[in-house]
Amino acid sequence: MTQAQTQTSTTTLPRAPLYFAAMAVLIAAVGFLQSWNSALSILNMGLISAIMALGVNLQWGYAGLFNVGVMGFTALGGLAVVLTSMPPVPAAWSAGGGRMILALLVGVGTIALAVLTYPRLPKTRLRGVILTVILVGGFFAFRALFDPAVEAIEAVDPAVSGYLGGMGLPVIFAWPVGALLAAGAAWLVAKTALGLRSDYLAIATLGIAEIILAVLKNEDWLSRGVKNVNGLPRPVPYEINLQQNEWFLGLMAKLGMDPVTGSSIFVKLLYAGIFLAVIFVIVVAMELALKSPWGRMMRAIRDNEVASEAMGKDVTGRHLQIFVLGAAIIGFAGAMMTTLDGQLTPTTYQPLRYTFLIWVMVIVGGSGNNWGAVLGGMLIWFLWVEVEPIGAWIVNVLTSGLEDGSALKAGLIERVAYMRYLTMGVILLVVLRFSPRGLLPEK
Amino acid sequence: MDILNALVAFTNFVVVPATAYGSQLALGALGVTLIYGVLRFSNFAHGETMSFGAMVVVLVTGLFQSWGLSLGALPTALLALPFGILATALLLLLTDRVVYKFYRKVKAVPVMFVIVSTGVMFVMNGLVRMVVGTDDRRFSDGARFVINAREFKAWSGLNEGLALKTTQVITVVVAMITVAALFWFLNKTRTGKSMRAFSDNEDLALLSGINPERVVMITWLLVAALATIAGTLYGLDKSYKPFIFQQLLLPVFAAAIVGGIGNPLGAVAGGFVIAFSEVTLTYAFKKVVTYLGPDSWAPDGLVQLLSTDYKFAVSFAILIIVLLFKPTGLFKGQSI
Amino acid sequence: MSFLHASEMRGGYGGADILHGCTLTVQKGEIAVIVGPNGAGKSTAMKAVFGMLKLREGAVYLDGEDITGLSPQERVYKGMGFVPQTHNIFPTMTVRENLEMGAFIRKDEIEPTIEQVYELFPAVYEKRNQNAGELSGGQRQQVAVGRALMTQPKLLMLDEPTAGVSPIVMDELFDRIIEVAKTGISILMVEQNARQALEIADKGYVLVQGANAYTDTGANLLADPEVRRTFLGG
Ligand SMILES: Nc1ncnc2c1ncn2[C@@H]1O[C@H](COP(=O)(O)OP(=O)(O)O)[C@@H](O)[C@H]1O
Ligand SMILES: [Mg+2]
Repeated sequence: MTQAQTQTSTTTLPRAPLYFAAMAVLIAAVGFLQSWNSALSILNMGLISAIMALGVNLQWGYAGLFNVGVMGFTALGGLAVVLTSMPPVPAAWSAGGGRMILALLVGVGTIALAVLTYPRLPKTRLRGVILTVILVGGFFAFRALFDPAVEAIEAVDPAVSGYLGGMGLPVIFAWPVGALLAAGAAWLVAKTALGLRSDYLAIATLGIAEIILAVLKNEDWLSRGVKNVNGLPRPVPYEINLQQNEWFLGLMAKLGMDPVTGSSIFVKLLYAGIFLAVIFVIVVAMELALKSPWGRMMRAIRDNEVASEAMGKDVTGRHLQIFVLGAAIIGFAGAMMTTLDGQLTPTTYQPLRYTFLIWVMVIVGGSGNNWGAVLGGMLIWFLWVEVEPIGAWIVNVLTSGLEDGSALKAGLIERVAYMRYLTMGVILLVVLRFSPRGLLPEK
Repeated sequence: MDILNALVAFTNFVVVPATAYGSQLALGALGVTLIYGVLRFSNFAHGETMSFGAMVVVLVTGLFQSWGLSLGALPTALLALPFGILATALLLLLTDRVVYKFYRKVKAVPVMFVIVSTGVMFVMNGLVRMVVGTDDRRFSDGARFVINAREFKAWSGLNEGLALKTTQVITVVVAMITVAALFWFLNKTRTGKSMRAFSDNEDLALLSGINPERVVMITWLLVAALATIAGTLYGLDKSYKPFIFQQLLLPVFAAAIVGGIGNPLGAVAGGFVIAFSEVTLTYAFKKVVTYLGPDSWAPDGLVQLLSTDYKFAVSFAILIIVLLFKPTGLFKGQSI
Repeated sequence: MSFLHASEMRGGYGGADILHGCTLTVQKGEIAVIVGPNGAGKSTAMKAVFGMLKLREGAVYLDGEDITGLSPQERVYKGMGFVPQTHNIFPTMTVRENLEMGAFIRKDEIEPTIEQVYELFPAVYEKRNQNAGELSGGQRQQVAVGRALMTQPKLLMLDEPTAGVSPIVMDELFDRIIEVAKTGISILMVEQNARQALEIADKGYVLVQGANAYTDTGANLLADPEVRRTFLGG
């Protein structure tokens, strides 16, 4: 036992830098073979994926909690960007803003009233009746206020706004707001499903993610729904402005680079710098937490829940904490991603891409190891992006004998697009089976 | 005030579709509950299993149609069903051998099985998309209606029509036969009883000489049949869309848990509870209310409690209520 | 050699040994009773005899044959039946189905055996169509014993069959167990109610910390002042 431990810790040390160096080489290869723009795109999304993986790793690696709602928490982060950084739409606010706020207060108030009265009522049939009256009455009051407010707001210039807009704050503020929104949703789910069978948390998170997405797609007054929100503010300069900037043009001239390509690379590098800083802060904070008494207790609980419970530890309470924290990190990353995209497009959120892919990242990287999560995030994102062109290239080579327009060739190329789902599943299964501790095992 | 018209409208738009949908959910939930009872994990790949089974049926149906084979008024898909079940059974047995068996041997914790099943889900999803792509496919043929809305109006003299699609009738009939056969198997045959025994008390089943690997194999075979039938009926009733099955996972799980996970009777009841709640809460009652109330009452709005876009919220809300107040479900499954 | 001969068993659940050289023998048609303080390893000894625990040392012979390497299922085929201390029924199956599952390995007609169990335990007959999980503690134990009898074992092993039942039901259960023994079935039984159990025992074992502390006939152990003082409460 102790021997095995020392063995892994000695082999982990040189392994991590090696893997990260290999990762850098892979990205550089894309830079040389395809373009530096693609390479940096992969890097940036890889970094964001790494943060999401850190959040999932906190929940799974530290506490053994299976979160199937990563997509939902990511999407809440995206919503936070809209609500925080877009300018408010004064016409919409005056049309129905007040009523909307009132409607939401009534909705929340109804639920709060029900939750507060429930334990105070006698345990008779009366309790059910009173509760039903509160909930049904509250629901109709809510709808009576909500429906006209929605109609009024959505009628305001629907082609360009038709929603309330945001608070017009700098977009960086949206990131912690995204964390808060995700934490709130996670708290609600965990409060109900934790303490029951482990599968139930998974199923409940699956549900909340679907609902968050439904809200984003359908509540136009809030998020413009499927009409998307474009032109989100950025924390970095716009390429077009850079291209007119004296200093920047001078820099490009010195480097001998085309200012158009150069500006886009420059912007991506700025993003990469910000993302790296975020990762650094999160990893350091998590490593410190892991080594604190709190982290040790977390792992003790994970490794033997029954014994910890018997020793008087509040297992469910700790799990709640960690689940909410993990979701907050995912929400933060979700906000970063939407900021990077510059738009919120609710229809692009797919569970396979936003939930299960993150899981593949954590498992492949090494559950319980933060550096592993970062590595897994970068590597799997790289594969996710590159499996398709590589597959298409292979098919092209294999079918080079066939005519260009042949049905077989077209069919094969179409199939390749779906290859990556299969590949990711196989990777997940193979790693779980043959190397369950991942690339960088927990120390 | 027109009670008859209101009743017909309600039947046409709520009762009939919810019964068909409930049958499909019940079959799906039965599969989930059997796996839970015997293998003790929530199978996240179940939606994709349904999709795979339905896909094979769609393909074989196409083949039969091209040969000119048909069942007359009944959809050709019924003829293709056994082939779908067979293919799915092979796939599931293979998956069990290659994937799950190992985790049984090392006695992995339940959540590990759940994660592994998501890996299987990915693979099956990719497989289906690679074979048929992502397009919508309609594959029902034969007579479209058993009762036609126009004929019904003419016959009854009412304003409201009542339509009964062939696929709806077939869904309910096939589901009833399937459920009856399953319950007969579980309650009357020696093998079925040994499955229940294993689900009830694994250690005692072993002491009684019941072979666990055989029980697991039979379970996968039953699950293959249930999933393929459920997927096919859903596809017949609406249309076959590969990605829809992932979204069915939530209502199917909700149905199984509401009924009491691990309890087959509960799964059937849960399926109908979820389906009826979903359809009722998302139905626009404007017509019904208009018929029932005096003219001056006619509502402006749709009188719809919830937009259909939120039908998943219904499953979710019911799930949460059950988890909060009765985690063992209505029929007392093996919970917590 | 005796019908069951488990000698010098040593082993545990992976960690430290629980059994430290425990020996148990039962003759044909005899009732042997194991008593001892909580945590002494009585249940562990039963599991070891039944092959549910890997022995580090020692051997188990049944009717002269070495069965040390056999799995529990194989021991069922050899004529051993076991009623575990807890979880010894199929709760959502009917009482009759419980009996049928007990006879799962049999290929011949099981109806006569079911009749015998019904005769032995009239309460089981009465409740035959109810789910076993809905029965009272005493009735459950009868179902559990009945289930084990369904294989027509030559050796019946019972781990605390009277745990949690009323004194009247306990007496009745003991009577039934004597009846079973009279049909020629050997019985190895763990009991908390040491005094009553030793009264019906042909042979008694007092187990302390995984080893035999006293071994004698039931009557002699009851008469032994040392055993009385330490284990029977005076
Ligand atoms: N499954 C198990 N795994 C590990 N230790 C066990 C297990 N079952 C029992 N033990 C330990 O073995 C010892 C003997 O237990 P047991 O045989 O059940 O005692 P008894 O039946 O005499 O009360 C106890 O210390 C108990 O904690
Ligand atoms: Mg014991």
